[in-house]
Amino acid sequence: MTLVKTKIGRRAFIKNTSLAGGGLVLGFSILNSCKPKDVVELAVREMPKEWFDINAYLKIGDNGLVTIMAPNPEFGQGVITSMPMIVADELDIAWKDVLVEQANFDAEAYGWQFTGGSQGIRRRWEGLRMAGATAKHMLKEAAAQTWQVPLAEIIASEGILSHEASQNSAGYGEMAAVAATLEVPEEVSLKEITDFTIIGTSKKSVENQKIITGKPLFGLDYQYDGALVAMVVHPPAFGLKLKSFEDAQARSMPGIVDVFKIKTLEDDMKRGFFDTNAFTDLVAIVGKTTWEVMNAKKEIRTEWEPITDSSFTMDRFGTEMKVDVPSGLENTSDHYVQMNEMAAKPGTTARKDGNPEAAFNKAAKVIERSYTCPFLAHNCMEPMNFFAHVTEEGAKLAGPLQAPALTESTVAARLGIPIENIDVELTRMGGGFGRRAYGHYAVEAALISQQANAPIQLVYSREDDMTFGIYRPSYQATYRAALDENNKLVAFHVKAGGVPETPLFANRFPAGAVDNYLAEQWEINSNITIGAFRAPRSNFMAGVEQAFLDEVAEAAGKDPIQFRLDLLQRAKENPVGERNDYDPDRLAGALKLVREKSNWSETSSGVHRGVSAYFCHNSYAAHVVDVVMNGNTPRVENVVCAVDCGIVINPDAAANMAEGAIIDGVGNAMYGVLSFKDGSPEQSNFDRYKIIRHNEAPKHIEVHFVKNEIDPTGLGEPPFPPVFGALANALYKATGRRYYNQPFATDKPPLIG
Amino acid sequence: MATFNLNINGNEQSVDVDPNTPLLWVLRDHLKLVGTKYGCGIAQCGTCTVHLDGVAVRACVMTVAAVGNQEITTIEGLSENGDHPVQKAWLEVDVPQCGYCQAGQIMTAAALLDKNPTPSDSEIEMAMNGNICRCGTYLRIKKAVQLAAEGTS
Repeated sequence: MTLVKTKIGRRAFIKNTSLAGGGLVLGFSILNSCKPKDVVELAVREMPKEWFDINAYLKIGDNGLVTIMAPNPEFGQGVITSMPMIVADELDIAWKDVLVEQANFDAEAYGWQFTGGSQGIRRRWEGLRMAGATAKHMLKEAAAQTWQVPLAEIIASEGILSHEASQNSAGYGEMAAVAATLEVPEEVSLKEITDFTIIGTSKKSVENQKIITGKPLFGLDYQYDGALVAMVVHPPAFGLKLKSFEDAQARSMPGIVDVFKIKTLEDDMKRGFFDTNAFTDLVAIVGKTTWEVMNAKKEIRTEWEPITDSSFTMDRFGTEMKVDVPSGLENTSDHYVQMNEMAAKPGTTARKDGNPEAAFNKAAKVIERSYTCPFLAHNCMEPMNFFAHVTEEGAKLAGPLQAPALTESTVAARLGIPIENIDVELTRMGGGFGRRAYGHYAVEAALISQQANAPIQLVYSREDDMTFGIYRPSYQATYRAALDENNKLVAFHVKAGGVPETPLFANRFPAGAVDNYLAEQWEINSNITIGAFRAPRSNFMAGVEQAFLDEVAEAAGKDPIQFRLDLLQRAKENPVGERNDYDPDRLAGALKLVREKSNWSETSSGVHRGVSAYFCHNSYAAHVVDVVMNGNTPRVENVVCAVDCGIVINPDAAANMAEGAIIDGVGNAMYGVLSFKDGSPEQSNFDRYKIIRHNEAPKHIEVHFVKNEIDPTGLGEPPFPPVFGALANALYKATGRRYYNQPFATDKPPLIG
Repeated sequence: MATFNLNINGNEQSVDVDPNTPLLWVLRDHLKLVGTKYGCGIAQCGTCTVHLDGVAVRACVMTVAAVGNQEITTIEGLSENGDHPVQKAWLEVDVPQCGYCQAGQIMTAAALLDKNPTPSDSEIEMAMNGNICRCGTYLRIKKAVQLAAEGTS
């Protein structure tokens, strides 16, 4: 094996780009961004001397190596591996011959580069297949022209083109130069699902080697010559804003370069949906090293003042709306009182089928239960941070972002520079969970760089990160169910609301399965900012709905799985209403699979089981949770999970994500809470904000996927929400107590019976 | 400011810093060894775990002055080519999701196995309990530690 140790020079770069049809030259960036030793590590064999661009997603080296671009930002969901797998499968290249690069933000080349809503694979499925299939077609065409044989007779497999009759064969690398000059075909055929060779086989993350050896990957690791470090001071409470500050002491400290105020969003600026920000006036401290800036930050003397009632205009993807921000210092205890008051009053009707009140009046049994959950902080392990270098020519930005397109447009508007003068490099994200869709920290970094006239790395401390806002809201829901004398569910009523938004999904199960159905909602405004948090709203509704159905099934004297299956049968055969958002067959399918895999009918002594199933983000997930008592402490022993998300690209990585969702679910259900006193978060670091740890995680988790040929749907979120319900139901069996208020570890429900 | 001669990953490195500077920031800002991560700054999450004379410590609360002559090992120096048994096990089990906490997890696991080559499940849980993984890869971490233990014992 011969390894190329030299870097490709400027000439080679120019030569490559002149040959290529546009896009990025990866050979250049790979070789020049690495030390020679890294090239050795990267190279599975000799690196190509030239790369040929076929399209924005892939380029082929003269020796047959293929570089595939991963278009979406990576935060642990594995798309940096699974998306290139899709391209590689249609290209018919061996996976060992694939190098993967994270694409930078380039909307023209890659469209909607967004990580969130479990939509990555679903939205890119066809496009990525097309990218691979198009390239394969062009390679075949190049071979057909070279060998003067019909294109239809050429076979492509594992990076080799061959023509049986003429006995010709060539590697992709040999045909790449010709292929890169051909017109892109107007039509291209995609593989039959049964012909996939890479999709559906487990591949390990392409970045594992870098992760386990500590290579710079994340935003906080970003290296740039001469970069300074910046931190910001924000108000200690929601409902306060910066009045004045005194920085003389801080400025005199070692390593401190500058201290100044920034305003992230001007007061009259129209805000985008992801421009959420309670603290737009900040004190920025710029210095040479993180520790020096952290110390100086403590010496900034600030004076805060209460905000007054205000409003701003939001452009919600084309729909303009006025958003009111109330003044005041809010308390969690008051939130719960207010939510109970709202729950006692009629809400806004979102859906009504049949005559619910008449059915409740006639019912043999009525069950009514109320549930609550607190605010949660995302707590990504990598705190918010961003690199910015703003000059007169434009802005170079780099860091962790879920929605670079949205952040870039806010940066452009705020700096007043054309969007084409902004360059955004996407770094691997140390977690996201929704938090990094709100890119205020990138805007802050850009403003600080502009004012300091220097490249800067903005770093949030853990405390800054946890207390800045953009939380999962606090919610409340009250359910009522009516059973007739035959224990049939004849009416169902859900009324849900929250601070500051409603979590209701009016058209979700059991809507469609009950003749008389009422869904109502309400909201209590707040100045505490909220944002998408892994399966927004579903992360509350799934758990409480599934816990409630468990009580209804018990009251009806039915097995909880069979009870749900009977309702789903009804929703399938004779659905009530037309707007039901789920497929009853697929939800039932997940439940049946989890029933089978968990041996639901077999009970063992000391093991207490709970079940749940939920549809969200286009996918279906069901769990059976087993709890055992360790003295007085319940412990999750085993979880069996069944998911229907259509075709699974990378099965073991997909199982990893479902395992993580289950552990995240158990953790947040048991321990997660962010509370407020006089507008101030009472938890600001991991000493008071409890995250689930090793010894509290389930002992075993089994993940099963429903096998079908449906185009892939979401996976990052769907397995998370139902965990809360299955756990509550198992805890009931283990303790004789029904848990209504999250987090369960501090809920003190009475013994039942 | 004071000069400190540190033994890091087998090399002598000299830094001129405030004696109270945590080792974490000396590694990350002064020596550009960014594999050791910042997570909480108060020794609660374990992302900054390094070895001092083979013992796992939290670099975010260990001042550079307190290091003295002890040998510092970071994730970059755990093995020459990323082939420490714990690193190999991490690859085999495909542990990481976001990956941010994993250097700290690996350093804690390597120190555990160095002291106790055949840990029980509960010994693994106890040793690893100071390392938070927000993505929830705990079961794979445990499996990888067990696999590494089989490989080393």
